[in-house]
Amino acid sequence: MQIRNHKDFNAGLLFLFFGIASTVSSRSYSIGTAAKMGPGYFPFALGLMLVLLGLVISLRSLSKGREVRKKALIKVRPVFFVLSSVVLFGLLLLPFGLILSTILLILISSMASEEFKMRVAILNALVLLIIVLIIFVYFLQFQIPVLPAFLSGRT
Amino acid sequence: MELLSNLALGFQTVISLQNLLYCFLGALIGTLIGVLPGIGPVQTIAILLPTTFALPPVSALIMLAGIYYGAQYGGSTTSILVNVPGEASSVVTCLDGYQMALQGRAGAALTISALGSFFAGCFATVLLAVLAVPLSELAFKFGPAEYFSLMVFGLIGSIVFASGSPIKAIGMIVLGLLLGVVGTDITSGTQRFSFGIPELADGIGFVPLAMGLFGISEIIKSLERKEKREILKTKIFGFWLKKKDLKEVAPAVARGTLTGSFLGILPGGGGILSSFVSYMLEKKISRNPETFGKGNICGVASPESANNAGAQTSFIPLLTLGIPTNVVMAMMAGAMMIHGIQPGPRVISSNPELFWGVITSMWVGNLMLVILNLPLIGIWVKLLTVPYRVLYPAILLFCCIGIYSVNNNIFDIWLTAILGFLGYLFVKLECEPAPLILGFVLGPMMEENLRRGMLLSRGDPSIFITRPLSLAFLLMAFAMLVVIAVPAIRRKREEAFHEEEEKK
Repeated sequence: MQIRNHKDFNAGLLFLFFGIASTVSSRSYSIGTAAKMGPGYFPFALGLMLVLLGLVISLRSLSKGREVRKKALIKVRPVFFVLSSVVLFGLLLLPFGLILSTILLILISSMASEEFKMRVAILNALVLLIIVLIIFVYFLQFQIPVLPAFLSGRT
Repeated sequence: MELLSNLALGFQTVISLQNLLYCFLGALIGTLIGVLPGIGPVQTIAILLPTTFALPPVSALIMLAGIYYGAQYGGSTTSILVNVPGEASSVVTCLDGYQMALQGRAGAALTISALGSFFAGCFATVLLAVLAVPLSELAFKFGPAEYFSLMVFGLIGSIVFASGSPIKAIGMIVLGLLLGVVGTDITSGTQRFSFGIPELADGIGFVPLAMGLFGISEIIKSLERKEKREILKTKIFGFWLKKKDLKEVAPAVARGTLTGSFLGILPGGGGILSSFVSYMLEKKISRNPETFGKGNICGVASPESANNAGAQTSFIPLLTLGIPTNVVMAMMAGAMMIHGIQPGPRVISSNPELFWGVITSMWVGNLMLVILNLPLIGIWVKLLTVPYRVLYPAILLFCCIGIYSVNNNIFDIWLTAILGFLGYLFVKLECEPAPLILGFVLGPMMEENLRRGMLLSRGDPSIFITRPLSLAFLLMAFAMLVVIAVPAIRRKREEAFHEEEEKK
């Protein structure tokens, strides 16, 4: 037995994982009967369907007639920099305010591109900062902390 | 005439200074993101959803609708001038549009795509107005069984025309339905899958899900590819069409409009599908099909009319039945729910000024677009010189600020990052995220109707097949499943999408 279509095989595993997780955890809610469904009925049924679909998709990828597809290549650089810039923005926004977190978000996310240039990124960050302050803070008046907490006296 | 008085009410709503402004803003933003490859109406609407909070619901929906059809106008500009589709729905426009541009007929191509879109937009607006009342009256006859079956039909329909493996698309739908379950169960008050996280008590937010799956994962995906853009250096002139061209093109525009209007109503339809089908149709019936792909003007006119018609008629099932049939409509449904309006047949009677206002705004918006588009071509072309590496950090920033401001909640930002990673995995595993979003939006409604239906029938599932309308929907859904399972059709379908992939 050999996996021919890796993408299908792994997609099937992913579905299988979500299916098992939801069937198992929806058993802790009351399932009820068909006429009077409890909160567990619908997710339990969906979980079973997902398990079935996952199995079919994974097993099908083993059959001889399938086209061969290699495993997907994951480039670490864009994934890492884009996601970490977003997470960091979430971490910094309340304690350090919009100005600082905006600049860091732009600088770090810019590193995700292979054509990254520090000078361009800094310029981009400054321009976007001004745009953001004008649109979101001045015009739309979003409730968003602008300055760091220790400067604006927030707790 | 009831229709006329309804449209008059709509015009009254649109003509207010504020709504005209938001209609214009929507159309303008739509054109802008339509022109730019790498950002489409789905991401834009996701980003702008939070900013529409402060607006009255009518203005918000008018603006968001404007973004969708505006993008259909803008997308063609990039296709014709750069040979890169600005929007997925203008992929086929590259084929003949760019060739026309190379032959020095860029002006004519741009004019016909704007005029074709305008004609299609007018037709689709009228169609929407005519069909709305009878359809929503029909929907009032629906019981829970009919609604449940209609949703099954809609969800299955959405995978027929999606690219990629149908069985994986079904998996994505089920996963979407499951994600929709997260949060407090309305009937029993039980917390489901919230893992003790208080922020999940209200369920996974629509905005973080949409931004994660379509905003962030799209950015990562685009960064993996090298960008190459060559903008046509020649001056664009000759916007006026010759009489001969007009004669040739008029029937193509009409055909494209009809095809697009019809396909837009179907589940899974909308701008993308419409443009493909109408291009193939045009090539089939043309007397000289060999000129297609070499700058045939009908190859631009027909799909450009079709995508705009399809974009607008896809509002019909949402506004009358409450069923979103494609991702953008799921976004619109999300926007309506954020404003406390449940999409469905009741909207037309409970919020008539909203309903007719949005419909007439489409006509007004189309008029603005046709006036706006051609004189501003120069600016759009300049815009194309903005490289993606400057653009995507901006998209990311607007995403983050938008997500936070929905609930003033940091948790949503982290949730978006997680969902963004999940979305990236889906892309890598060749699972389309669109069916997942549809499942997510329909999930809670589906569960409720299933429960109510089974309660009414005292646990007898035959209620879904003994009621004629419900049976009809289920049979149609089954027929669609059979159709995609037939090998010959499946191959044809894969070929069609293969062409699309290559163009991208």
